[in-house]
Amino acid sequence: MQGSLSQDAVKIILVTAVLIWVMPLLIGTYTLTVLIVYGMLGLSLGLIWGFGGILCFGQAAFFGLGAYTYAIAAINLGESTVPMILAVLVPGLFAALLGAMMFYGRLNDVYLGVITLVVTLILFKFINSTAGPQYVIGTARLGGFNGIPGFQTLNVPGDPDAYIWGDSYFYVCAVLLGLVFFLVTALLRSSFGRIAVGIRENETRMSLMGYDVRARKTLLFATGAAIAGLAGALFANWAEIVTPNLFSLGQSAEIIIWCIVGGLGTRLGPVLGAAGLAYLKFLLGQQAVVDNTLITGLILVLFVLFLPKGVVPALADLWKVSFGRRPLGRIHQQRRMRNREHRNG
Amino acid sequence: MAELVLETQGLTMRFGGVVAANNVDFKLRARELRCLIGPNGAGKSTFFKCVTGLQTPTEGEVYMRGVETTHWMPHQIASLGVGIKTQTPNVMDSLSVFENIWLAARRFHEPQEANRKTQEIIERLALGAIARDDLGRLAHGERQRVELGLVAVGDPWLVLLDEPAAGMSAEDVERMTAIIHELNKTAAIIIVEHDMQFIRSIAEVVTVFHQGEVLMEDHVDRVMSDPMVRNVYLGKKA
Repeated sequence: MQGSLSQDAVKIILVTAVLIWVMPLLIGTYTLTVLIVYGMLGLSLGLIWGFGGILCFGQAAFFGLGAYTYAIAAINLGESTVPMILAVLVPGLFAALLGAMMFYGRLNDVYLGVITLVVTLILFKFINSTAGPQYVIGTARLGGFNGIPGFQTLNVPGDPDAYIWGDSYFYVCAVLLGLVFFLVTALLRSSFGRIAVGIRENETRMSLMGYDVRARKTLLFATGAAIAGLAGALFANWAEIVTPNLFSLGQSAEIIIWCIVGGLGTRLGPVLGAAGLAYLKFLLGQQAVVDNTLITGLILVLFVLFLPKGVVPALADLWKVSFGRRPLGRIHQQRRMRNREHRNG
Repeated sequence: MAELVLETQGLTMRFGGVVAANNVDFKLRARELRCLIGPNGAGKSTFFKCVTGLQTPTEGEVYMRGVETTHWMPHQIASLGVGIKTQTPNVMDSLSVFENIWLAARRFHEPQEANRKTQEIIERLALGAIARDDLGRLAHGERQRVELGLVAVGDPWLVLLDEPAAGMSAEDVERMTAIIHELNKTAAIIIVEHDMQFIRSIAEVVTVFHQGEVLMEDHVDRVMSDPMVRNVYLGKKA
């Protein structure tokens, strides 16, 4: 990454401010809010997959866990501040435990994908089967396939009656996304982030250099889960109901597609991929002519075939080709080759 | 007598019915340079992997500066101050030369000091012209040199190199030899190698492996002229 962290902070603040101002002129804030939430969810997988090389098929599990943690805690506490914190901590801790089992158990690649997929499926099945009255946490009934409605939504900290909703909620979500984006940027700029990229590139070499790869992957995995948990809590506040569908495999697959389409290994790609595809799904959902899943699948196939790096890296490459400075060494090399060709006639 | 930095006692590694290393007793002292030679399948690389933690021996013990490291993982062994270079260039291809070496330096130093150490190694290894290039774009010899930089930047007291001269040009080998000699001023070095010319140019004492066992351990000239060793290498009586 070029420039300094303070420059990044200024850029993020400016872009966030402009988008907060411009986007509501184009799209309603209700729809924008959920796009922001999905953007945050995409960023969570983009961090661990794009920068840590951990392909998690179960990011929806952490998203759902965050949403359910928020709903259950909000019903029990009647105020949103602590539930919001718990919605970040619980998925983070759950992922730390799961990650420790996987990474210390030396599971990689395919096995990691399978385990995260199975965990999502287990949570989905479990939550679906909690319709009975015996499934209660404090005063909150889990509600099975009906989910949990009617919980306390976001309020001004310390004042349960001062709800944050409508446009105000959109602003809160947008600022939170900007903040998370900045924190991810800071993380990637730090030694931890640079080491994570090294691990993505060559785990064995990093291990031979003295880094405990297992511990670092566990930490990164938990960080991604915590961000997904926050997105889940924000989604719960937006939808005002949480259902087992949050844990669905379809949701997990969609997050992966967002990252591929937006561009892995970038911070912006997964956010744009998530917001863009979710908006497309929203538009398509308004008519019944074409199946949403079919279109999403088609987009994935087209991107894998024709733009495998994703939108953001492709645009960055285009920018470099059009306006970027060519490295001096290459220019000299090209000149040398031209001279050689000239000499050889 | 110099401090014993590496010792193996009865090191044995079996893969099913195949004994790749058999009861190997090995000693290396501080600032010693030792080459391990032997034909393919002699057990050199297995021994190397057992010492570096890439494989856990079936039997026997490994000691580094008196500490038992038999069941340690590679990162724990590297953290002791052991520099390891594997057979094929094992680097981060999409990162630049500077970033690769910085990551190695950061393991043992704070960020600012890591920057300084990285710069120092880049100058020492004459990598300045390619410091900002991605490693994936570099030639084999340059990649080998960078990997040696990853080893050197941690100021190791024990360096383990598996075929450092493999696939390199004569010029690169010469440069590599100079770097190894410089490393040897502060570190004991083990080199697993096939290239006899390179071994002659660099080693004094050589350990010969054959069928998983130590066949001979002596000065390089005596080893090269030994009929038994020549028989092992050429497959006929000398």
